[in-house]
This record gives sequence, C-alpha cells and structure tokens, in this order.
Amino acid sequence: MVNEEIYNQRYDVIVIGGGATGAGTARDCAMRGLKVLLVEREDFTNGATGRNHGLLHSGARYAVTDGESAAECISENMILRKIARHCVEETDGLFITLPEDDLGYQSTFVEACGRAGIRAEVLDPEEARRLEPSVNPEIIGAVRVPDASVDPFRLTVANVIDAKLHGAQALTYHEVVGLVVNQNRVEGVKLLDHGTGRTIEVHAEVVVNAAGIWGQRLAKLAGVTINMFPAKGALLIFGHRVNKMVINRCRKPANADILVPDDTVCVIGTTSDRVPIDTVDDMRVTDEEVEVLLREGEKLAPALATTRILRAYAGVRPLVAADDDPTGRSISRGIVCLDHEKRDGLAGFVTITGGKMMTYRLMAEEVTDLVCAKLGVTAECRTAITPLPGSEPEAAAETTPRFGRKAAVGRHGTMAHQIMADTMADRALVCECEGVSVAEIKYAIEHQHVNSLLNLRRRTRVGMGTCQGKLCACRAASLMGRLSGNVPQAEAHLGEFLDERWKGVKPIAWGNTLREAQLTATIYQGLCGLDKALARKEDKQ
Amino acid sequence: MAERTQLTSISEDNFEQCLKCSICTVYCPVSAVTTAYPGPKQAGPDGERYRLKDPHYYDEALKLCLNCKRCEVACPSGVRVGDIIQKARMKHQGHGPKLRDMMLASTDLVGSMATLVAPIANFTVGLKPVKAVMHSVLGIDKHRTFPAYASTKFETWFRRHAQQEQGRFMRHVSYFHGCYVNYNYPQLGKDLVAVMNALGYGVHLLDKEKCCGVALIANGMYGQARRQAQTNIESMSTSVTRDRRPVITTSSTCTFTMRDEYEHVLGLDTAGVRDSLSLATRYIFNLIDEGKVRLAFRSDYKRHMAYHTACHMQRMGWAIYSIELLRLIPGLQLDVLESQCCGIAGTYGFKRENYETSQAIGSGLFAAVEQADPEVVVTDCETCKWQIEMSTGKRVMNPISVLAEALDLEATAALNK
Repeated sequence: MVNEEIYNQRYDVIVIGGGATGAGTARDCAMRGLKVLLVEREDFTNGATGRNHGLLHSGARYAVTDGESAAECISENMILRKIARHCVEETDGLFITLPEDDLGYQSTFVEACGRAGIRAEVLDPEEARRLEPSVNPEIIGAVRVPDASVDPFRLTVANVIDAKLHGAQALTYHEVVGLVVNQNRVEGVKLLDHGTGRTIEVHAEVVVNAAGIWGQRLAKLAGVTINMFPAKGALLIFGHRVNKMVINRCRKPANADILVPDDTVCVIGTTSDRVPIDTVDDMRVTDEEVEVLLREGEKLAPALATTRILRAYAGVRPLVAADDDPTGRSISRGIVCLDHEKRDGLAGFVTITGGKMMTYRLMAEEVTDLVCAKLGVTAECRTAITPLPGSEPEAAAETTPRFGRKAAVGRHGTMAHQIMADTMADRALVCECEGVSVAEIKYAIEHQHVNSLLNLRRRTRVGMGTCQGKLCACRAASLMGRLSGNVPQAEAHLGEFLDERWKGVKPIAWGNTLREAQLTATIYQGLCGLDKALARKEDKQ
Repeated sequence: MAERTQLTSISEDNFEQCLKCSICTVYCPVSAVTTAYPGPKQAGPDGERYRLKDPHYYDEALKLCLNCKRCEVACPSGVRVGDIIQKARMKHQGHGPKLRDMMLASTDLVGSMATLVAPIANFTVGLKPVKAVMHSVLGIDKHRTFPAYASTKFETWFRRHAQQEQGRFMRHVSYFHGCYVNYNYPQLGKDLVAVMNALGYGVHLLDKEKCCGVALIANGMYGQARRQAQTNIESMSTSVTRDRRPVITTSSTCTFTMRDEYEHVLGLDTAGVRDSLSLATRYIFNLIDEGKVRLAFRSDYKRHMAYHTACHMQRMGWAIYSIELLRLIPGLQLDVLESQCCGIAGTYGFKRENYETSQAIGSGLFAAVEQADPEVVVTDCETCKWQIEMSTGKRVMNPISVLAEALDLEATAALNK
C-alpha cells in the first residue's frame, strides 16, 4: 500500500514508537482485530530497544531488590523462548561471587530467586569454571540461572511483520509533530514525513504513546505531563564471543556487571547516569565510561582485557517518576501504563513506558487491554501463545550447506524460506563478516522497511562485524542504489553509514580497531574519494 | 589491572588481528579456481566468529583447503589463517576419515607392506583395471600414478651399507629421511649421506622415526598424528640433547609439519627441538656461509634446471637457501619459477573429487615449466615432484640430489678433512 492510502484510512489505534513496545503493541492490537497504524520517526529499534545488552533476563538480577519485576522477567523469559525462538539463544547465565564480594549475599540471592519463581542452582566454583571457561578463575561462588540472549532488532521486526500480517500498517521516518486534540479528546496525530517533508493528519480512536524516552515530549504535545528520568547506559561490544553463558556479578546491581554473548560478539555493560532530557538524541560514550566498563568487565572475564573492542554505544532508559509522586524523586523501574483520560482528563490517549525491552510483550498486553476496554473490544490477548513469524514450528529441517545460508536462517528463522538464492549472484556475500548474501539484502529491502543502509544493518547485521562496514558498506550501497535507481541517495546513505560506524568506533579507537578504521578511511577517502564525492554533492545543493 | 587493559591483543592464532583486507583470498590457490571454497578469510577468521557462537556454522567446504599456508604468507597482520582452518576441521569435521583417506594417510603402514612386495605392488597399481577400480570404489583418481615403491627401504640400506662408516667423522647430524625416502626413493637418502660425508659430517638415523603425520592431519586422523609426532619429538630431542646432533631433512613438508604444525595445530611442545631441525639445503648453506665447509664441483657438469618453490618452502621462507646453494654450482643454469602452488597438496590431488581442482591450480606452474623448458625441475617437496612429473613429463629432482650429482665428492671430502 502506498503511503497516501495509509494516511487516508481511519484507524482504531495509532501506536507511536517503533521500539519493541510499540511493535508489540501494534501486533497485539492487530491480533485482537483492531485497525492499527504504527508510526516511527526514524527506524525501528532506534531508541533504547536497540541500545541495550540484548539480555533476556531471567529476572535474577532484580530478585533481591524488586520481586515484582523479577517475576515479570522470568514469566516473559519463558514466553519469548517459545514465541520468539529465532531471536533467543538459550545460553543460561551465571551469577558469580568474586573474592572482593560478600559470599553471604549468595544465599539472600538464591532465596529471592526462589520466591520469584526463578530456578537458581548453586554451583561449585570448579563446575562453574568448567561450564564457562572464560569466567574469572578467582570466583568463590557461582549460581546458574536461566538467563539468555535475545536479538532486539529481530524481535521488533518480527512483531512488525506479524502486525502487518494481521492487517496493521507501519510507517518509518514519520515523526509525530503534533496531536489532533478536540475537546479534551485526542483524535489523531500530525505526521511529518521525513522522506517528503510533508505534514499529514491521520485519525484514530485511540493514540498510544510508546515512544520511550521521547514519550515526555510527546505527552507535552498532547498537553499532559510525564516526568521522565533519562538514565544513560553505556556498553562495549567485543570482536568475538569470549563467553558462552551470560556472566553477572552476584551482588546488588552496579556498573558494568553483566557480560552477554550476543550473536557473534559479546557485550559488557552498563553504566547508569542521569542525563538531561534535551541530550537524549545524541548519546556519546565518554572515556570515563569506557574505563569503568573495561575495569569492571575484566573482573567478569579476564580475557576482555586483551580482546579487540568493536565499538561503544549508549542508550537511554525511559525511567518514569511514580505517578503518586509529583516531585519525581521516587522512580519506578516497573511497567507504567497511563490512562490519560483518568489521569489528566484527556480521552483517546494512553502511554505505555518504563519496563524493560524483554518485557515488551507484557507491556503491550497491558496497554492493549486498556485500548480494547476503551473501544469496547473483548478479544483476548494471544501474543503469549502465538509464535512470531520466523519462530513457527519448522515443517522440515532445511539442509543448510553454505555458511551464508546458515547465517541467514540463524537470523530470520523460518522466514529464511522466503530468501531466494537460486543464482550464484544472489548467493554472493555482501557482508563477509556476518555472512549476509545479496539475496538476504533483497529480501530485507522488500519485506522489512529498509530505506537506508542503517536500516539494512539492523535487519541483517550488514556492517556489524569485525570490519564495521569496510568491505560491505560499498557493496550494500551499490546494491541499494541499483535496486532503487537512486544512486545519489545510496551514496549519501553510504556516507551516513560510515559516519555512524565511526561514531561507535571513536571512543575505543586503538589497537586493531584503529588499524581497521584507518584501512577503512584509506579505502573510502583515499581510494574511492567518497568524501570528495559527497562534498561535491553538497556544493551542488 | 586496568592499566594493563587493552595494551595487547591476544587471540588464538591471532584471528582478531585480521583487518579483513582479503589479501589472503587473493593468494589462495583454491579460491582462484573454484567458487565451492569460501576462501581463507571466510573459512578462517570470519568463520571462526560464527563457530565460536555455534559449531553448527562449520562449513564442510573447509575440506577444500590445501593447507598450503600461502594465506599466512600473504597476511600482513600475522594471522595464522591456515592454522585456524586446520583446527576448525579438527574440531568440527562431521565425519571420520574414509577407508581411502586412511590408506592415503597411513604412509608407514602401507609403505612397509608395499616395499615387501614392491615389484608386484608397483605393477598392480599401474594396471588400468586396477586404476579403474581404485577410481570408482576408493575414489583415488584414475589419472594419478602412485610413486613406485622401492624393494629395499632406505633404513635397511643404511644399516647394511652406510651406518658403520659414520663413526669415522668428527662432526655429526641426524637425518629424518621421511616416508618418501624410506619407501619410495632411497636414492635421495643415499645422496644426502654422500653429500654430508663429503662435507665431513657423519649421518645417523634417529632412534625411532615415524611418518611426520602431515597426511594424517590432512585426512582427519589427529589422534594418530599426535602419537607419531610425540615419538618424533622424543627421538629428535634425544638426538639434539644426548647426542648433540642437529636433525636435517630432505623434505620441506616433513620439516614444516614438525617445526610448525606440531605446535600450532596439534598443540605439542617443540621448543627443545625446533631450532635444531632444518632442511639439509639450509643447513649446508649456513655451513658454507660460516666458512665451516667448502665445496668442489665437477668441471664437466653442465645442465639447465628450473627451481619450483613448494608452498611450505614459501611458508618457511627457506627457498632462498636451496636456490642460493644451487646457484653455487658453476655449470648449472637455474631458472627460478614464480612461486605458485602445484595443486597436489600431498594426498589432496589423489582424491577423485579434487582432481580437476588440483590440475586447475597447477596449470599456471605447468605452463611456466613448459615455457622454461629445463632438463630437470628442482624442488624440495616430494609431492610437488609427483605432480610435476605426472603433469608436465619433466623429471624432478631434490636439490640435494642435484648437489650430489654436481659435486666432485672426493675433492670435496679432501677439502673438508
């Protein structure tokens, strides 16, 4: 459907925000028979969804301090293992006690896990070292819990795809610049199409604010107040997997105490610092943060001290002040679902925020329940029992001889059947580090809302490997230029993409990472003259 | 602790040093002729990241690697690309070796049996119907001719005819002859003994010598390879420490396997013997260079030869020793061919499924040989010798045999008394 037709529909619900929560809400609403439009001002997963550990918490981390969150986590953990099989890797996790930690905390921890319904098995340190050879050999205690890793990019896109399969529409690069408010009722949104620069009004019975940290700004557009407390979390990505299991510290949650094996890399994080709300659009990782992450990280797995770092990144947790505390001092880490009709007397507008990436489904369920109640719809939530596209039971095991094919199946699950790689040209790899073929890219462009290289990266891992786009960025850009026929745009996207890669590399640009970056610069600037090509283009404009 | 953080980058076989420049793939002889092989970069450091995630990402196409190590020579970042691939095969290869692979790899066993009945064995494996059966049933390509077996093993000859005289020399070396000299071509061993004796060195066998194991490694028989390697390391260690005798060889592949593959691929400690293990040409060149020996050549020697750099010579960086030694021969016109893989890679090219790839890889070398048109091709590797002889019709010699032919042995012996 072309955008014009999408704009002209009247919707039951417009969901604002293309993170996991927004996508999950769109899916839930659509599955309950509502007519849904999902809008995202940039790309899916551009906010906190795409900037975290990729950890499918068992809930153990919260067991001692927040039993309610812990119980939510373990319940969602078990659900996502089933419905999002292709996004989850069942790694299990360790909570380790180091000589500097209090071993007494371990029993408190295990008891709290028990109360929350989290399986927590105390291991002999020897056994823990055998299970996870990368773990700090000085551990004096270890507990095994059902942590896992989850790919938030895949998870979110799978929700969008399923929402669309149930009749929903989705628009990326459409920013909500205003709400249509009529007599204390929100009746729609004013959308700015970043592609054309045009502003359009789209109407719906209910508007859901699932914009994460940007939800505060959005609420303001509607004339209501939500107090957000942006907490920046910085993380480091290492060049390959050092650990097989998630490694956590068995102590009260602190900085840099979780190491997660994600896909082909591992990620250490996070820090936690309050930042001003007006800085959330441009998060940069500082030297101090890198130092803390490394210092604490190598206590979990000493090999991190000598392992190549690929990049650094930071996200902003959308923490919300508890509603009964207008001073905003008491911060809730739990799920916050606000009915602005009840709270502020503004009908047709609800906010879903707080929570965690991995509790997105539960958040979506809560807000969809509220939306349905408003619309008088009684359909039940089925998202906990219905597999996402890609995670349906496999009819027959696919024979996967070649690396690129295996990698694609790993990424897209059963949806990989749609990736047609019949010719040698289609089987050719664009991204060698991550095994992304021409066919996979064509598939992503066709089915997964890909407008630029940045989008493509989140859908396929193009440019996420060791070379950070050096070999694949130009190939992918060329392919996109050929398919779209818009070569200047592809060229501009290539420049943006390389800048974005460099942004993550810069804070940790030393050793092999710096050599790699220099080679990249030599190729793109020296050999291809990309900077000159882009400068010429700017002159013309 | 934090001060030390990130000052060094340590990864197995330096796989994280890879800058993805892809020059290894440019130099890969297999990638040059077939798309079935993903190339050393992807098979090596790229694939390793996925194999660390899940062994299921192992690609069976890695069996197409020749283990020529030209990728490692090409790598500007010191990544042991070939070792990463060999180890991945070792860890993840889905199936055990086939009967054929076991036969090809068990050089000692097959060699010992075949030498007993050499004339019959040689005659039989040369018969067309036998070749046809080996081709279809075993998968040994019908175009291939097995090197002939000798009726007397080198070791037997040495004990009967040479051993006793070795005591009369002042200086001594041990000789790791390898399977080819022992079972197929004892003449090379005899040449080595003649040359070293003329230089004033006594030659001795190791207490116990086993096949170096290169074919076992290539065919997935790692346990046996490790056991044989341990025997060889012990024997060489005894020679070096107890007898004060360095160990010399006439096969580049055996030398490379024992010096590098034992440690890097099989994970064995070779520190005590590695520096004392050398190819004979390098050993002799260094003796000349240090002024310890002098050579006298036959005045009537006049020949035109071409030197082929075997892959493992390229990896060790030792071709220069053989070439410079040959250049000392006054009557020898020597063309040095561009270093490229001949395609046989030990047992690889004998396998039916690899025959075409093998010949395609070697075609550049065959053309270069035809163009140079020498009387003889010289190389340090016995399997290159078979390949070049099978594919160009030229005779191939080891540099030591050339030296034995060109030297005035008596005059040389007199110079080194």
